[in-house]
Amino acid sequence: MVRETNKYFKFDWITIILFFLLVGFGWLNILSASNTGETIDYFNFSQPYSKQLIFILLTLGLIVIILSIEAKFYERFSSIIYIVSMLSLVGLFLFGKNVNGATSWYAIGGMTLQPSEFAKAATALAVAKYVSDLNSDIKRLKDQIQTFIIIAIPAILVLLQNDTGSTVVYGAFFFVLYREGLPKIYLNLAVLATLLSVFSLKFGATITSILTVILIVAYHFLSKKKPPILQSLFMLFVCVGLSVGIKFFYQSILQPHQQERISLWLRLEKDPVKLEQMKKTFAYNLNESEKAISSGGFTGRGFLEGTRTTGKFVPEQHTDYIFSTVGEEWGFLGSSMVVIVFVLLIIRVLHLAELQKSQFSRVYGYGVASIIFMHFLINIGMVMGLIPTIGIPLPMFSYGGSGLWAFTILLFIFIKLDSNRINEW
Amino acid sequence: MRKFLLFLSVIVAGLVFIARLFYLQVYTSSTHNLYEDNAIRKVYDYPKRGFVYDRNGELLVANQPSYDVMVIPREVEPLDTIEFCALLKIDKEKFIKTYNKCYRYSPRLPSVFVSHLSKEDYAVLQEKMRKYEGFYIQKRSLRNYETSIGANVLGDIGEVNNAIINKDPYYRMGDLIGKQGVEASYENTLRGVKGIKFIQKDRFNRNIGPYKEGKFDTIPEQGKDITITIDATLQAYGELLMQNKRGGIIAIEPSSGEILTMVSAPSYNPNILVGRERSRNFTKLYNDTIAKPLFDRSLKAQYPPGSPFKVLNALIGLQEEVVTTQDRFSCRMGYYLGSRRLTGCHHHKSPLSMTDGIAQSCNAYFANVYRRIIEKYDKPYDGMNAWSNHVKSFGLGNYLGYDLKIGNKGRIPDGAFYDKWYGKNRWAATYNISNAIGQGEVEATPIQLANMVAAISNRGFFYTPHIIKHIEGETINENYTTPKQTTIDNRYFEPIVQGMFDVYNKGTASMLRVKDIDICGKTGTAENFAKIDGVKTQLTDHSIFVAFAPKDNPKIALAVFVENGYWGSRFAGKIASLIIEKYIKGHISRTDLEEWILRHSLEDEYAKPQSGQPFKINGETTIQAVDEAEYIRLKKQLKKISKVKVNG
Repeated sequence: MVRETNKYFKFDWITIILFFLLVGFGWLNILSASNTGETIDYFNFSQPYSKQLIFILLTLGLIVIILSIEAKFYERFSSIIYIVSMLSLVGLFLFGKNVNGATSWYAIGGMTLQPSEFAKAATALAVAKYVSDLNSDIKRLKDQIQTFIIIAIPAILVLLQNDTGSTVVYGAFFFVLYREGLPKIYLNLAVLATLLSVFSLKFGATITSILTVILIVAYHFLSKKKPPILQSLFMLFVCVGLSVGIKFFYQSILQPHQQERISLWLRLEKDPVKLEQMKKTFAYNLNESEKAISSGGFTGRGFLEGTRTTGKFVPEQHTDYIFSTVGEEWGFLGSSMVVIVFVLLIIRVLHLAELQKSQFSRVYGYGVASIIFMHFLINIGMVMGLIPTIGIPLPMFSYGGSGLWAFTILLFIFIKLDSNRINEW
Repeated sequence: MRKFLLFLSVIVAGLVFIARLFYLQVYTSSTHNLYEDNAIRKVYDYPKRGFVYDRNGELLVANQPSYDVMVIPREVEPLDTIEFCALLKIDKEKFIKTYNKCYRYSPRLPSVFVSHLSKEDYAVLQEKMRKYEGFYIQKRSLRNYETSIGANVLGDIGEVNNAIINKDPYYRMGDLIGKQGVEASYENTLRGVKGIKFIQKDRFNRNIGPYKEGKFDTIPEQGKDITITIDATLQAYGELLMQNKRGGIIAIEPSSGEILTMVSAPSYNPNILVGRERSRNFTKLYNDTIAKPLFDRSLKAQYPPGSPFKVLNALIGLQEEVVTTQDRFSCRMGYYLGSRRLTGCHHHKSPLSMTDGIAQSCNAYFANVYRRIIEKYDKPYDGMNAWSNHVKSFGLGNYLGYDLKIGNKGRIPDGAFYDKWYGKNRWAATYNISNAIGQGEVEATPIQLANMVAAISNRGFFYTPHIIKHIEGETINENYTTPKQTTIDNRYFEPIVQGMFDVYNKGTASMLRVKDIDICGKTGTAENFAKIDGVKTQLTDHSIFVAFAPKDNPKIALAVFVENGYWGSRFAGKIASLIIEKYIKGHISRTDLEEWILRHSLEDEYAKPQSGQPFKINGETTIQAVDEAEYIRLKKQLKKISKVKVNG
């Protein structure tokens, strides 16, 4: 194969092209979302579009560096990278800068850096390293706990810094561990818990409990291989407890704004007057974002033509809500294309991961795909009202240097590992 | 299997997202419309509404500026309501009520908060307006009537209602639209087209500049001025004569179909329906269900036409060749079938030929003619239809097609009508002999009668009556400039015209002659009934008169109706003579007639059915003289009118 002999073709160009497609199209939308209607001045560095252009240019240098480093380096130094990254997160408690209620930034000169973005890549390396270790076996409880700790440290640190969105992203590692042999019971439990929670919140604990009891009892008596009575009783107890507990969790533990987001997502509010109120307050972003997307129609309003984008109706439109710009200006055609390119990119990475001969590369590749997928799922889902509002950026798309570089590092380390595949025997 | 969890999740997420996008952008998305985009502020620029001139170039309707306080409820910030209410001259209760009403209409769209501020209030308010977010002042143009006459002709403009907005997207809340008269008929011409500016807003509702550099903005198109066919002086004179009476006058120029005068009495000053007092005054007029000032009697009142209708029967008799001008019919104080008198008549010499029959308005004569027409055919059904078609060719029995939005069809029965009434072929001409003399089942509106007279004066054709004379830079509807032919041949008209001329010379209107003008006319009296406490009660006859003048090359044809005025020459005839003289000569020589009309009121007559007391009808004693103060007021008005010279 050409790829194996040629120095440049050894990199997976499909992934690289998909990456640049997203970055480039993302920048066009940042330009549109941050354009104030004046003439566009690329050298006005107070404008997000100019800054992002610089970030993109710097990305090219970053890519060259990442690809030049010996592939083995990443595996060997993964623990150190992880520790440094965790320290950078801890350091935020001392030197962090508070932006929008989250203490997630270091201010260096005129620049800000968000270490939590980079921590995802570091954690992916650490997990890959631990899971691929010959002495570890994810089917063992001890290793499960150890891996869980590796993931939980950054997740808890960012949660303490009020960056709930990033915490949720660490859930992505479930996919990685499941691929590597995490017992099925975790998947079943996760699915069951999610269904029960959503059901209980939407239809009330009583109805959900009654339904669960009926289902479990029916299963107990109708199933061919009679499950032990104790197991069924235990299941019953857990389920009912969960469905009652979630209500308590929702009402007493969640913060008001989180309750609102969930109530909005599950359409719990029916009173039209309150709904109208909601649209002015916490549902404002979502409402405007849906309206912007909707107004795009089939073909969209055209680049720089969206009136809601130009009028800045959607707050945070160049960052978390960037997809609403795509929706308004590029319509169904453009938005679907973005969704498809993301899906292709993730599947390409997954495909490459499966091809890896070293377990480290495979686990890391899975981590990359899972993290990008998690961002994609939550961000676009949120912007279209399918998922409760959780503020995380759309990879490669949203405005922001840290995010862009973190994803570049995340992805290109894998491209480097992948290029080294033939050497791994 | 484990390999596929993430893979499947990615695929499913992608498909769900595309489905959701499809739902949002294709399924529920309406095609993009700048007007419905609330990211774009629409600012309207209202053009000047066209002026209305009378046929002699006298300005009747112009404009005056008016200022409305508008509100967009969603954008309202807490404010000092006491001060604001004081500025607007409303109380707080009204403020809250209006605000809630506006909010219910739409929180997003502008509604009128207070309409028609005076210039003084506007000046004070304008300086403080910026303090009240969500409120702004919209300048509009209101009508300014330069005259106090012609309310029914000129009509008025008022705010559009929801029904209109839903039907015609041009109109927005608070826009003004012609409601009646020429304002309604020529709304599109007069209003012009408003201009619009699209302004890009941001989410704080601030203007951030014109949308697309104003690419889609339009400049307002000015409303066009129109000239109407009304002669303002004649109209004023007609309205003056009709004071203290109820009824209508329609005068038409036969050579063009132009409506010279269109009086409906009682009337009102059009200026009372302008500005802030509009709704109160309108309600007052609307609630007057006794005098009905908003009911345009000249167009809508539908009565049995009475004797003027006889001339039509004479014409039809000639056309159908069932009678010649020489045929004489005897009259024994009425028309008899066997020993039964079908219709009475008054005292005159007998027998009479056609010309005298018309001049003397002999009932028996026309009963004979009518019977011959119907009985010319084997079946009365066919005879009736032939008769009906002739009558309808004069514009009776259906909407005339003039350019005002109200009217009535009148009623001209045909064969099917009586078949339905009596049963197929179970009737004969004698069953409806009253049609011969304009009673019975025939009914007509004043404008239809005036048009009928115009057709007779033209000897067989007419132009559809119309109110529009000229539109700036446009030609008027061809329908109004094409003559409509009647079914009666030109040669049959001369004896009829002669008959009508004799009405003035030696017949029922001989007292109303005007020196130097050859007037042809016909008196009429119409029986009429009203329901009083559920009982059908006959009231004093309506006084009707139709006329045209001069006999040759007629310049004016008219119909005058005076409700409960008794016989034709008593009120209507006098008024007709005066109008004709005023129009043709420009001054009045029959001041005795004028004096009499101004002096006499029918208010007592109108009060009778309302009084609840038993009353007599058709009595000479019922005539009431106006008091001195009223007489002086009328004389003053007369003086004002007389100052203006009428161009004949």
